[in-house]
Amino acid sequence: MEFERHEAPHMVPTANVARMMQQVLLALVPAAVAHIWFFGPGLVFNLLVATAACVGGEALMMRLRGRPAVGALSDYSALVTAALLAFALPSLTPWWVTATGALFGIVVAKHLYGGIGFNIFNPAMAGYVVVLVAFPMHLNLWVAPRMGDIDYQFLTILQTLTYTVTGSLPDALTYDDISRATPLDAMKSGLNDLRTTVEIRSLPIMGDFGGVGWEWIGNFIAIGGFWLMVRKVIRWHIPLGVGAGLLIPAGIMWLLSPGTEPSPGFHMFSGAALLCAFFIATDPVSAAASPKGRLVYGAGIGFLIYAIRTWGANVDGVAFAVLIMNMAVPAIDRITRPRIVGHSKDAGTL
Amino acid sequence: MAGPAATYDLGKLHGGLRLAARKSESTGLPIQSLPLPRQLILPIDQHVGDPAQPLVGIGERVLKGQVLAEPPGTLGAPVHAPSSGEVVAIEPWPVAGRHGDPAPCIVIECDGEDRAMESWEEPIPYAELPGDTVLQKILQGGIVGLGGAVYPTAQKLMQAVSCDLDYLILNGAEWGPYISCDDMLMRERAHDIVSGARILLHALQLDCAYIVVESDKPEAIRQLAAAMTDAGDERLTLKQIPTIYPSGGEDQLVQLVTNREVPSGGLPTDIGCLVQNVGTAAAIHDWLQAGEPLISRITTITGDGIANPMNVRARIGTPLAEIAEFAGGYTEDARHLVIGGPMTGKSVSNDRVPLVKATNCILVMSALPANGPELPCIRCGECAAVCPVQLLPQQIFWYACADDEAQLREYGLIDCIECGCCDLVCPSHIPLTYDFRMAKARIRELADEKARAERARRRFEARNERRQREQSEREAELARQKAEARQAGPDAIAEILKRKRREDGD
Repeated sequence: MEFERHEAPHMVPTANVARMMQQVLLALVPAAVAHIWFFGPGLVFNLLVATAACVGGEALMMRLRGRPAVGALSDYSALVTAALLAFALPSLTPWWVTATGALFGIVVAKHLYGGIGFNIFNPAMAGYVVVLVAFPMHLNLWVAPRMGDIDYQFLTILQTLTYTVTGSLPDALTYDDISRATPLDAMKSGLNDLRTTVEIRSLPIMGDFGGVGWEWIGNFIAIGGFWLMVRKVIRWHIPLGVGAGLLIPAGIMWLLSPGTEPSPGFHMFSGAALLCAFFIATDPVSAAASPKGRLVYGAGIGFLIYAIRTWGANVDGVAFAVLIMNMAVPAIDRITRPRIVGHSKDAGTL
Repeated sequence: MAGPAATYDLGKLHGGLRLAARKSESTGLPIQSLPLPRQLILPIDQHVGDPAQPLVGIGERVLKGQVLAEPPGTLGAPVHAPSSGEVVAIEPWPVAGRHGDPAPCIVIECDGEDRAMESWEEPIPYAELPGDTVLQKILQGGIVGLGGAVYPTAQKLMQAVSCDLDYLILNGAEWGPYISCDDMLMRERAHDIVSGARILLHALQLDCAYIVVESDKPEAIRQLAAAMTDAGDERLTLKQIPTIYPSGGEDQLVQLVTNREVPSGGLPTDIGCLVQNVGTAAAIHDWLQAGEPLISRITTITGDGIANPMNVRARIGTPLAEIAEFAGGYTEDARHLVIGGPMTGKSVSNDRVPLVKATNCILVMSALPANGPELPCIRCGECAAVCPVQLLPQQIFWYACADDEAQLREYGLIDCIECGCCDLVCPSHIPLTYDFRMAKARIRELADEKARAERARRRFEARNERRQREQSEREAELARQKAEARQAGPDAIAEILKRKRREDGD
């Protein structure tokens, strides 16, 4: 009898990229629901705009590169980029801001470097930094969370949509009516005004650890992240690295001077720290390769977040921290190469 | 549990995979003896080393156990006639070792009488013989490593004797899913394995042997423990290891059991360990205690393409088609025929290939679902997490694509054991093991090419040198003749010229 030849191993791989990306998207759903609950429907519009730009940009680039667009799109990675960017942007963002970030991330950061697997920089963060520099005013406009102070104004779906499309508020409302400082913002400016952390923490926008709403979104992000770990879509090294890199310096400084330094809990549950630890820094393509390398990579990001928040001009430092550590990846990979079994010592050198 | 309790391992293996065992399908029945086939096809090259040279001619009648072919060099093993009959051909035949490409084989038409040589069934009192003599005896038995590597056992032992050994390790861990021939052997012939282990200890002058079994084989462990109690030999220890692929690999097993790492490019004997498959130990027992050379082996025939998966004891040389038929034939979906386990086995296109000493498993599978297209590596690192040698397959893949030989060496491509773990976890479905095999072949080719170029260069230089030398010798000779003639004077010159003219005239 005749048989068909097959190359070993004669077993079917279990994982696939599309499923990994789908699970990442799924893990973001609880946090998305919380986001919408606290900050209104803006996230939905941001997601739609970012998705359209990412998918369109990817299709265009694949066509320009002379490759089938369907193949690249079916791995869902463009959707993950879109989702991460949408999460990073304020819920009220005009569409051109979102689209610019998404297109820059996909076209420049991803495809000009060779597409998935070859991009040095995290596409979502590259796109975010570009719009942060290009449209700083829009990126600092966060609506007040639900359960915020009494005189806050919640935008309707239609008002949000109008803002997303036109970039203007209803005539009766001003920016001051709807927006509030983010917890990180409030902390930074408060400390600059020589107020103590206790005073700042007593503001109505502050919650138990971070800000009202923010910390709940953080909880759901962490739940999604742990689920990804259980599903083995991500491993624990990068989240632990980011956590340690952020919490250890924050903890030391807070113990030394609790009046002028926000607590580690505040750092962890504010801004995009948790999103970074579980979803952004864990992008495998732009991260270090080995487990040890990933700990170092994560720790570097965590520390840079702390450093930028504390000593930098920016309120949050996640995007810059990630991009800086992206640059350090080749060096980290060289230094942290695991010892090959049967070899006498670590092979890694710079 | 009676007898010595199984102990757990000391060392740790990096990575590896917990794979679905798929062994119970083939362990339901005891080992079945396959009836004598009509024809036996014996490749002369069933072992590492030089192919054996036929000692018999076409038309010659042979007896069971008769040596058919002897290795010419120092490395190799003889091939014995698995049954009596007539040599009808010595010709190329498709074999497993070459993906089903033909290799020279001795074909025996069996007479069905299964008549053995006279010296059959004489136990050798090995304990009274010096170790060297026992090793020589093992050499004649045609025994090779039955785990699948088929390194000639005698030579392996002889090399080991020259090393400073601490442990003999009997490998009862199987190389991946589906394969259950060692499990069945341990269940049914634990005493023979223990006996083989004691012969090996004597031949090697060692006093410590570990018999290592994976924890998913409780019955084998029970039987071995009982056999060891019966033997009452304190030099033997039973060890249990977790069932993680590829802990059955020689170097990996040593690492698990002794916590010592085999140096890169080295052998377990470099760190005081000698590994032998449990099947090999039983074969040594068969040869020295029952006089039967390696003429049959236990093999697992299994997979969803086989009607009744089972373990059979078949004569070496039996065509796989006959074994499949004995196991109920193929199912309708049978599509792939793999020799060896599912992780590293070689697929062949035809079931005419014979069972050889290396064939531990015949796996017949239905069509494997297409993997989907190969996507770019996303550097997820799962491959590095499962690599038992702690390589970074994603980096090696990168350098393999770039054909960067220096970096491939730097990142340990040659240390890759081709276990296939990285392939299985890769979400981009990159055939990493295949690519690494190709890259290794390329490196070897490059090295060969370099060596060839070096040889050619040396030849060229030697030729130039020789020419120069000859030229200068000729010149010196000419100068000498001239000087001689000048010394002899004008008369002598005229004489010479006259002679030369006369010679030319003739």
